[in-house]
Order: sequence, then C-alpha cells, then structure tokens
Amino acid sequence: MKSLQRVQAIILKELLQLKRDKMTFGMVIMIPFIQLLLFAYAINTNIRDIPVGLVDHSQSALSRILKQTVVATGIVKFTHQYSSVKAAQAAIDKAEVRAVLIIPRDVSQRLVRHPTVGFGLPPSSDQENSRPVAQWLVDGSDTVIAASIKSLRNMPLVELLDKPANRNTPTFEVTLLYNPEQRSVVNIVPGLVGVILTMTMIMFTSAAIVREQERGNMEMLITTPLAPIELMIGKIIPYIFIGALQVIIILGIGHLLFNVPINGGLTQLTLATFLFICASLVLGLVISTIAKNQLQSMQMTIFILLPSILLSGFMFPYEGMPIEAQYISEVLPATHFIRLIRGVVLRDVAVVEMTFDMVWLITFTLIGLIVAAMRFKKTLD
Amino acid sequence: MSTVNEVAIFAKGLTRKFGDVTAVNDLDLMVEKQTIYGFLGPNGSGKTTAIRLFTGLLKPTSGSINVLGLTLPNQANKLRMQIGYMTQKFSLYDDLTVKENLQFIGKIYGLSAKEQKSRIEELLSIYQLNSLSTQLSGSMSGGQKQRLALAAAVIHKPKLLFLDEPTSSVDPENRREFWEQLFDLCDQGTTILVSTHYMDEAERCHRLAILENGIKRADGSPQELMNKMSSHVVEIASNNLRQLKKQLISLPEVTSVAQLGAHLRVLVDKNIADPVQFLSQLKLIPKNDQITIVRPSLEDVFVTCTGNNLLNGGG
Ligand SMILES: Nc1ncnc2c1ncn2[C@@H]1O[C@H](COP(=O)(O)OP(=O)(O)OP(=O)(O)O)[C@@H](O)[C@H]1O
Ligand SMILES: [Mg+2]
Repeated sequence: MKSLQRVQAIILKELLQLKRDKMTFGMVIMIPFIQLLLFAYAINTNIRDIPVGLVDHSQSALSRILKQTVVATGIVKFTHQYSSVKAAQAAIDKAEVRAVLIIPRDVSQRLVRHPTVGFGLPPSSDQENSRPVAQWLVDGSDTVIAASIKSLRNMPLVELLDKPANRNTPTFEVTLLYNPEQRSVVNIVPGLVGVILTMTMIMFTSAAIVREQERGNMEMLITTPLAPIELMIGKIIPYIFIGALQVIIILGIGHLLFNVPINGGLTQLTLATFLFICASLVLGLVISTIAKNQLQSMQMTIFILLPSILLSGFMFPYEGMPIEAQYISEVLPATHFIRLIRGVVLRDVAVVEMTFDMVWLITFTLIGLIVAAMRFKKTLD
Repeated sequence: MSTVNEVAIFAKGLTRKFGDVTAVNDLDLMVEKQTIYGFLGPNGSGKTTAIRLFTGLLKPTSGSINVLGLTLPNQANKLRMQIGYMTQKFSLYDDLTVKENLQFIGKIYGLSAKEQKSRIEELLSIYQLNSLSTQLSGSMSGGQKQRLALAAAVIHKPKLLFLDEPTSSVDPENRREFWEQLFDLCDQGTTILVSTHYMDEAERCHRLAILENGIKRADGSPQELMNKMSSHVVEIASNNLRQLKKQLISLPEVTSVAQLGAHLRVLVDKNIADPVQFLSQLKLIPKNDQITIVRPSLEDVFVTCTGNNLLNGGG
C-alpha cells in the first residue's frame, strides 16, 4: 500500500516535471511528426524523375518517339541535351545529371531488327539482331538509381511502332498481397513506429536517473524509504502514455497523409505497442544505471538506435542479412516489434499468433527491470 | 550536559578512503540523544563524508558505526524512516513548487493524505514558507531554499536529523531564527548532527568535534574546549601592528597572531607561565602599550588545534 503510494508520488513528480519542461514536451510531439515526413518522403525505393541527359545522334522522328516512351515510364526526366558523348560524360562527372541516353545515328535500323519488335525482316545475322537500340551511360555509385535505370533495359518497344504486342506468357504469375501498388510508405510507416519509439523512449528514460544523479536529487532520494524497483516503475509509467501518444501521431498521419491502411484491430495494435514501449523504457533504465552522465546516456542510446534502424528489418529485409547480423537483429526489441506491427497493421494478424515475438518482448522487459533494479544501488559508492 | 543517557550515534575507528585520499580517518564519536552535536572543520575536512557514512549513503573502509541501535551499513534500510537528511547542496526538485516538493516527500515517507495536509500546513507556517508555497523551488533565494530543505527533512518527524552546512547561505538575522527552530526540534526530542564552518554556530552546539583532514582534532562542549586550550590568549593594543605581528609570529612560543581592528590577538603556548611578562621582556612592544590576558573564544580553540597545533587530550 505504502509502496503503491511511493510509485504514485514518482509518477506525479515526473508528469509535473514533464509539463514544465517545454523542450522535452515539444520533442515528444515534433520528433514523430518530423521524422515521419522525412522518412516517408525521402526513403522512397520506387524512384521517380531521375534527372538525365540526352545525346541524340539521330535527330529523327523515331528518336523523339523513343525519348517520349522513356519519359512515359516516369522513372527519368530529361533535363539536359548534349552534343557529344564526351560532353555528356563530363556532365555526369560534374553530377549535373545521373545518366545519359545515347541514341545512335542508325537507331531506325537497329529498331527494325530488334527481336522484341518482331518483324523478323529484313533478314540479318545474329550479331546484328542482338544490337541494342540505344545506350545508357549511368553514374553507378548510387545502387538504387543504377537499378532503376537498369530496369529500363527491357522496356517494351512495341508502342513505339504502333504495333500490337506479341506478349509472351510469363513464367510466373506474381500476386502482390497487402501492398498491391508497391508503395514503400505502406511498409515504412509501421516500421517507423518502431524506430521513433526506440529513439524517444530510450532517450527519455536513459536520461531519467542520470539526471537526478547529476542534479544531486539522488542523494536525498537514497536516504528515503523509496525502493529501487518503486523508483524504476514510477519512472517508466508516464512514458508509456507518451509512447502511446506518439504511436497515435505516426499512424494517424500515415493514414491521413499517405493512405497507409490500418487493417488490424485497435486492441492488437495497443497490445503490440504496449509490449514494445515497456521493453524500450526498461532498456533505457538499464542504460541510465550504467551511464555516469547525460552525455554518456545519449551516446549509449545512439549505440542502440543505429542497429535498430539498420538491422531490425525496417530498412533492409531480415532474410537478406548475413547470419551474424540476424543474431544481433533478434536481440533488438525493435526487430520483434516491427514484425508485430507490420503483421497487425498490414495483415491483420493477432499478436498472440506471433507468439515468439510477443514472448520475447515480455521476457526482455522483465529481465531488464530486474537488472536495472539490481544495478541501482542505494549508496553513493 | 544532557540528562538523557542514551546514545544516538556511536562510531569507532571509522575510516573512509577515496583512492589515495583519506576523507575520514580513524574517527571515534559518540552523540547522545536529544542533543545538538556540531562538526566544525574547514573545506575538505571530511564533514560531508562522515555524515554520508552515518546515513548509510557510503560504506566505511573500516571501523564500526551504530546509529539508533542499528549497525551500519547492513541495517541501513531500517534506519530510513527514523532519520532526516538535509544535504549540503539543495537536493529537492528545482522544477517543482515548494508545496509540490513537500507533497512528494510526504508521500515518499508514507504520510496519509490527511496527515500530509496538516503537516504541510504546519511546516509552511513554522518555516515561513506560506507566501512562497506556489513558487518554483529553483527560483527561490539561498536562504529560502534552505528553509524548504529543512522542512522537507523533518516532514516525517525523524528521531535523528543530519544537517550538512544548513546555513551556508543564510544571513546572520535569519541564522538566529534557524537555530531557534533547531532548539525547538531538540526540545521535542530530536537529536541533531550539524556541520558548519561558522564559529558562532559551533558555539551554540551542546557538544562539537573539530575536524581537520578527516581527523578529529578535539571534541567536547564549547566551554570544555575553551578551558582545555593549550594556549594563553593575549591582546595587545599598539601602534605599529603590522610590523609587530611579523616579529611575534617568528617566535616558537607564539602559535598564532591575528589582527582584530586596533588589537593583536596572540596565542602563547601554555608552557609559558606568565605570558604578559614573557611578551613585555621581549622589548618589541613599547612600554605604555597594553598587554592583557583575555578569555579564549572558540575561534582561538579552532586555531590552536588545527594547523600543526594539536590539543592534547580531548573528550
Ligand atoms: N566521492 C568522492 N570521491 C573522491 N574523493 C572524495 C569524494 N568525496 C569526498 N572526497 C574527498 O574527501 C575529502 C573530504 O571531503 P568532504 O566533502 O567530506 O569535506 P567537507 O568537510 O564536507 O568539505 P566542505 O566544507 O567543502 O563541504 C576531500 O578531500 C574530498 O576531495
Ligand atoms: Mg561538505
């Protein structure tokens, strides 16, 4: 009973302090808001409108149609014209454009003989048959851009000649579930919930105990009957609500601005988020019992944050990582949460069906709480 | 001395080291219940460290401590409800108001809502914090903060109160007031251990210990300490005080010379039977200048037993 009263006292104190700390309170709101806009607009794996140049040696009607067909894919837009290949290469060096399309003088002959066009006439040797229509010169340093332009390699040319397509039957038929239009925001927004919560939750709590030590409050707290576990629980409860607020902001904006579907039920969403917030907060507490000052606690937060962004499956698929990275990934709470929330939000899976991830988050929280309470000594030594 | 013959704090051979620094060195101490016991010592003499050892905040390197019948550091948890500790640096929350801070501490000590309300009312009026109750603690003056810290330290009516330099930023007028309140608490049965580097404060204590470099140089009641002093105190009224001071200080029999306005206050070793005659036969002081023996003050005691001048014996 007394114990409950002490926990309540800590919670109330934290809330009052938070209310007066305008900076922190602002960050609670602004971090999810700004991060969401940044990530959703910047991390866009379907690249559009890459600025490219054109060297047109042919200057024919056909070359103009070819150019228009390329523009119609939406992947590139022509911003510059160059007279020679040399000038074009210089432009790429200066990063004026990312790639250049070079249309040769004999483009019409090449086109006619091209197998996809399917005239089969006039007869030609294999050598001539296999000649591409035109050439792309690409700045290959950015692999994503290079891949996008590579995808133009097999661009169908039939529209070019106003001829009915002679489509081949594909080897595989691919049905895309959950994100049929292949928009990356649909996958990013739920994952972003995990990244932002990792950042804010660990950051707030990791500073929580260190700050009291730095300001000298701890010397007074230790001489009171307050038990370490009471202090720990009292410190994390207010932040559970803050975490929930941030989730609402991220998913709300994601839904309104980017049309991210929210398929799963609210209960499932709350459950998954609650488990993850607890795990992150406890991780922050453990950090705060190790760090000697607020700077150290911040550095440790970043130490956790980076792998949480890179290895959690948020940016790169888990399955594609080397086995060592997968081990690290499995340890991070963010990995399990990102699986859970993508499951709930995109596929409407119940949290209990993803038993492993759920149990893992619960275990992490309990062990972390015990470790933090044990590491927190009631002396100044 | 106190009629209550019980002991609140008992320490024997208490030592605490921080690496190479010995902050508290082989300290023997006994504080009787319902008394005000003072720690007088310069900066770095180990006052704060000693208090932290008695509150269970630090573990001793060696030696034994018994506080209110409990052995430290093992039984530190049982001690929590019975002691109050006012830290040297303000340790309440700057971003909470006076009242919020008191409510927080009240809850931590398990006061019920009703007890809390009446106790806080009472404390606000005793420590003249009524008009400040909604002010943020961080924005208060040094003296106001110290009144709040004292109020918070006694909210649960502890049997034993530790005050670490409680009046370091309080003006003399308010310092008197503060000590009135300490005597009130003492009358109500509280034992108080207070550290200070003000002589006038030390003089108010029932008993005190003079600390230097972690070592207890002397202890006893202020009167005892003055009586036992190993020097005579002589005052000289003369013209050329600066010059005279230089000459006197070089004598081995003279332990200290201090200028007080138009006088020199000279401490002369007790081995000299008649200090007035000793000084006049030196021919340094003009014939018609006054040389008189005066009553020692606590400051004289402090000067005598710190530095290299050890007081023989002690309580
Ligand atoms: N945590 C610590 N780590 C290392 N040395 C310490 C520590 N605490 C105290 N000391 C050293 O122990 C000695 C005694 O310090 P203490 O704070 O007890 O002195 P004090 O009498 O309270 O001084 P003041 O009047 O300045 O408050 C000092 O030399 C100090 O440097
Ligand atoms: Mg001190």
